Amino acid sequence: MDFLHTDLETLHEQLVNKEITAVELAEATLSNIAATDDTYEAFITVMKDEALAEAKAIDEAGIDPDNILSGIPYGIKDNLVTKGVTTTAASKILQNFKPIYDATVIEKLRANGAVGVGKLNMDEFAMGSTSETSYYRKTKNAWDQTKVPGGSSGGSAVAVAAGQVPFALGTDTGGSIRQPAAFNGIVGMKPTYGRVSRWGVIAFASSLDQVGVFTRTVKDNARVLSAMAGQDEKDQTSSDIAVPDFTANLTGDIKGLKIAVPTEYFGAGINADVKATIKAGIAKLQELGAEVEEVSLPHTKYGVAAYYILGSAEASSNLQRFDGIRYGFRPEGVKNLDDLYVQTRSQGFGDEVKRRIMLGTYSLSAGTYDAFFKKAAQVRTLMNEDFQNVFAKYDLIIAPTTPNVAYNFGANEDDPEVTYMNDVLTIPVNMAGLPGMSVPAGFVNGLPVGMQFIANRFQEETIYRAAYAYEQATRLFEQVPGGNK
Amino acid sequence: MANEQITREEVEHVANLAKLTLTDAEADMFTDHLEKIFEVVTTLSEVDTEGVAPTYSVTEMRTVLREDVAVNAHQSAELLANAPEHTDTLIKVPAILDEGAEG
Repeated sequence: MDFLHTDLETLHEQLVNKEITAVELAEATLSNIAATDDTYEAFITVMKDEALAEAKAIDEAGIDPDNILSGIPYGIKDNLVTKGVTTTAASKILQNFKPIYDATVIEKLRANGAVGVGKLNMDEFAMGSTSETSYYRKTKNAWDQTKVPGGSSGGSAVAVAAGQVPFALGTDTGGSIRQPAAFNGIVGMKPTYGRVSRWGVIAFASSLDQVGVFTRTVKDNARVLSAMAGQDEKDQTSSDIAVPDFTANLTGDIKGLKIAVPTEYFGAGINADVKATIKAGIAKLQELGAEVEEVSLPHTKYGVAAYYILGSAEASSNLQRFDGIRYGFRPEGVKNLDDLYVQTRSQGFGDEVKRRIMLGTYSLSAGTYDAFFKKAAQVRTLMNEDFQNVFAKYDLIIAPTTPNVAYNFGANEDDPEVTYMNDVLTIPVNMAGLPGMSVPAGFVNGLPVGMQFIANRFQEETIYRAAYAYEQATRLFEQVPGGNK
Repeated sequence: MANEQITREEVEHVANLAKLTLTDAEADMFTDHLEKIFEVVTTLSEVDTEGVAPTYSVTEMRTVLREDVAVNAHQSAELLANAPEHTDTLIKVPAILDEGAEG
C-alpha cells in the first residue's frame, strides 16, 4: 500500500480497530517500497527484518490507543545512527558502518511505537542541494523523475511525497529539509536549534544542524515533532524549554496574526512564477484574517557567503574523525599510518565533501581566520539582529522556500556557487537558529512550489497554526504525484 | 579580505593540512571551484562589522550537569566489530614509518 491518500489519524484508527495489524502495515509498506524504489531510488538500506520484528512486538503488546504513532512505519535519513543497521551518511567512507547505538530521535520514536522501515538517501554528509553527491543512489523527484529531488534530505522528501512512508526524518543545516520538501510538494519542518536532540546525528555543522520531519500534512508534522522534541542529557545544546502539544492550536483561525514579508526574499534571483505563487499564498493568509506588512532583512544577501564559511569550517573540524582507523572504509596497500589517513580520506570522500573540507580548513587557517571565519560569525550576528528586529513586531515571516522549482540533474556541476546560491532563502533561518517550515503553495510548470513559514525561536506553534489554516483553505495536499485524489 | 584569490599552491597546501591528496586534474578543478566560491565569499568585506561580536552558537552556552552515575555504555567488542582490522582487544593500524624502512 502507499500513503498518498491517508494521514496518521486514519492509519491510527485502522490499527486500533484491528482493520490492519502493525505487521500487515509494515509488510504492505515494505512491498510497496520494493515495487517502487527502482523508480525513485529513495532508500539506501531497507530495514525489512528489523521493521517486521518491531511490528510483531507492537502487535503482541497491542496497539496503544492513546499514541498516534503506535505501529506507524517511517523512514530515516541515513545520517541518523541506527543500532546494528548500516548508516552511511551516503558516503563511501562509512560503507559497512554499523552503529552500536540509536540516535535519541530514533529511541524516542521507537518508545512511541513508530517502526523504522529504512535508511534514506541524501547528499554525502548532507552537503548538497540535490542528493546527487550520494555515493550510493540517484534519487528522483517524486513528480518528475527527470528532475532533482532537492537535498540534502532528498530521499526523505521523495519517500513521503511518493507515498512510500507516512513520515520521514531529515536534517537541515542550510535548508536540507525545507528545500526538498518544497521540490516534492510536501510539508517539511526544521525546528528551532535546540528543540530536538542532535545525539546520534552524524555532525556536519554543529551550530546549524537540526533534525526535523517530512509529512504530507501540517497536523501529521505537528504530531511527529511533538514526539521527537525535548531536552536530552546527551546533547548539551538541547533546550529545557517545555515542549507544547504542537497540535493544540490547529483551529484554522489566524485572525490578527501579524505577518512580515521580507523584500529581500522576493529579489532578482527569484523565479517570477514562484514569486507570483507565494504572493497569492500571502493574499490567502490575508483573506483568512492575518495582517501583512513588508519588512526588510538587510543582511540576507550575505547569508550564503557567511554560511559557506561557517558551515565548511565546522565540517572540516567534524570530519577529521574519519581516518580509516575505527570504522568504515579502509584502503588497501598503504605505506604507513599517515598514508592510511590520507588515502582513506582521499578515496573515501566525494568531491563536494573535499571542497567544503578545504574551504573550511582555509577559513580556519592562521592568516585567514579573522577575514573569513570571524568575519562570517560577525555577519551572523547582524543576520540574527535583523530577525529579532522583525520579531519584535511580527509573529511570522512568510517567503518562498526556494528561488526556483526542481531543475534537471547535473545542472550546476561546474559551478558549485550557483548551487550554493539556491540556498539563499533557507540559510538565514539556520544562521539564527529559528524554526522554519515549507508548505505546498502551488505549482509552476507542473512542479511544486513551497511557501516558507518562519517564526521566532521556540515558536513552532505559530508556524503550525498559520500553516494549518493555509493548508485547510487550499487543500493542496490532495494533489499527489501521478494524479489527484 | 586577506586574499581575493586562491592559488593552486594554496589549494594543495590546504589539502595537505586536511589529509587529502589531489591528482593534478583534481587540483585544477578545486582551484577553479574555490575561486568561484571566493567570488561569493569575499562579498562579506562589504559589510561593516566594526565592533560587532561574533556569533559561533545561537544557544546560551552553559554547562549542563548530571548525576555521576556509572552506566554500562559501549562495550569494546561491539566497538571493535566496526574497525576494519582488529585483534580481540586492539585495533590494528599500519606502522608509523614505511613498512621495511629503517627507523
